[in-house]
Amino acid sequence: MSGNDDIAHIEEELPLQALPLDAWHRARGARMVGFAGYHMPIQYEGIMAEHAWTREHAGLFDVSHMGQLSFSGEGVDEALEHLLPSDIKGLKPFRQRYSMLLDEEGGILDDLMVSRLGGDAFDGADIYMVVNGATKYDDIGWMIEHLPDEVVMNHMDEQALLALQGPEAGEALASLIPETADLLFMQSGPFTWRGVPLWISRSGYTGEDGFEISVPAGDVALLADALCELPQVKPIGLGARDSLRLEAGLPLYGHDLTPAVSTIGADLGFAIQKRRREEGGFIGHARVMKELADGPGSKRVGLKIEGRLPAREGAAIYAGGVLVGEVTSGGFAPTVGAPIAMGWVSLPHAGLDEALEIEVRGKRIAATVAPMPFVPHRYRRKA
Amino acid sequence: MSRYFTDEHEWIDVEGEIATVGITDYAQEQLGDIVFVELPAEGTSFEKGDDAAVVESVKAASDVYAPISGEVIETNGALEDEPALVNSDAEEDGWFFKLRIADASELDGLMNEAAYKKFVAAL
Repeated sequence: MSGNDDIAHIEEELPLQALPLDAWHRARGARMVGFAGYHMPIQYEGIMAEHAWTREHAGLFDVSHMGQLSFSGEGVDEALEHLLPSDIKGLKPFRQRYSMLLDEEGGILDDLMVSRLGGDAFDGADIYMVVNGATKYDDIGWMIEHLPDEVVMNHMDEQALLALQGPEAGEALASLIPETADLLFMQSGPFTWRGVPLWISRSGYTGEDGFEISVPAGDVALLADALCELPQVKPIGLGARDSLRLEAGLPLYGHDLTPAVSTIGADLGFAIQKRRREEGGFIGHARVMKELADGPGSKRVGLKIEGRLPAREGAAIYAGGVLVGEVTSGGFAPTVGAPIAMGWVSLPHAGLDEALEIEVRGKRIAATVAPMPFVPHRYRRKA
Repeated sequence: MSRYFTDEHEWIDVEGEIATVGITDYAQEQLGDIVFVELPAEGTSFEKGDDAAVVESVKAASDVYAPISGEVIETNGALEDEPALVNSDAEEDGWFFKLRIADASELDGLMNEAAYKKFVAAL
């Protein structure tokens, strides 16, 4: 047998680094793989069981490979509005927003979460940003190049990051930190647990209610232990993280999003608020305006697949005899109970319910453009 | 009946001129949850080492090679409805296909159960 597990083969030439919870994962029986330059747990008891547990209870994910950055200094909002297409000036304290870094041609360099801090969190910095692990050093280089000297960017690599996700995440976290019960989706704030300072946002990457918790690396094992002692919580690996986010219709950078594609084509226009569209003033604005006016050449779409054979990343998408796109993420969706995919399809063929075919190992399988998410989001938007 | 093993983590039960082929318990454990098995058409002839089947786990697709040369005379239809049989019973009910053996001498280089156990322990 020969596997072609792309997660395991990423960056295999570079020596992999250990995350703060490395020993913790191994002690819990995790199977470790190389991802984004780190040894990371792909699964503990199995992807299907972990996926189902997260949809029904609460899963704890170690996402400490991601880049945590803080920004402060004179003119930080203006400087970030040059780099990001989102409204930063209008971002209130303790609020979080989804955004991205664009290159001069409007291609996507990374997608990210940006929030305004408050109080003395992270040494009194103004803005907190979480970027993808595999791209964090490129992002930092890009931002150093484009930020004025007055703005100080700090890569907080002494911070670990946990995600607690699932319908019982709220109840579980409130049993350790009661004040977190008041957070709503995309709100964040400073909290303290046994004297440890935490920055917690109500957000995530599964489509479920849940939190992302920034914690000093030296305290992360204690917090992970305390969470996993709760009856609602089990540790979950990268495998289920990927199947959960795919069902939630959330794109994965490096796969569904790349420098070759644009925000509007990616159906992420919601990240560019009205004022920013009108005023511009950010890198990549021309492409955004052109595609808002003329439409993008191709779009990121969801694909429902007939039968049980999964279509994977790289599979060609056809409309009749014509090549019209490519699958960028795909696999078996445990909650849906069938294979699903995300892909880029040229515009005339990207409409809902469009009947397409995907080529898998020389065979054509029937696929239909489907609305995303595949599994409804269950964010906590109201108290 | 004798059982042989390959270093590609397949097992082969030989009874007369018929070989039953599957993947080992170690292999299913490594693959994780199996969601689809693509089996060859009956009547297909394979040379040793040809791609014979594909196992799709939640995370990836993996090829299964023909461990010896031969013609496919039967495939395990139960895997169509229940691919997870490969996880729950890889070395019995989760078999993949049966071959009419073309060249029995190809079995000579394969491992027996004890040798395969040793091989896996060293991985």
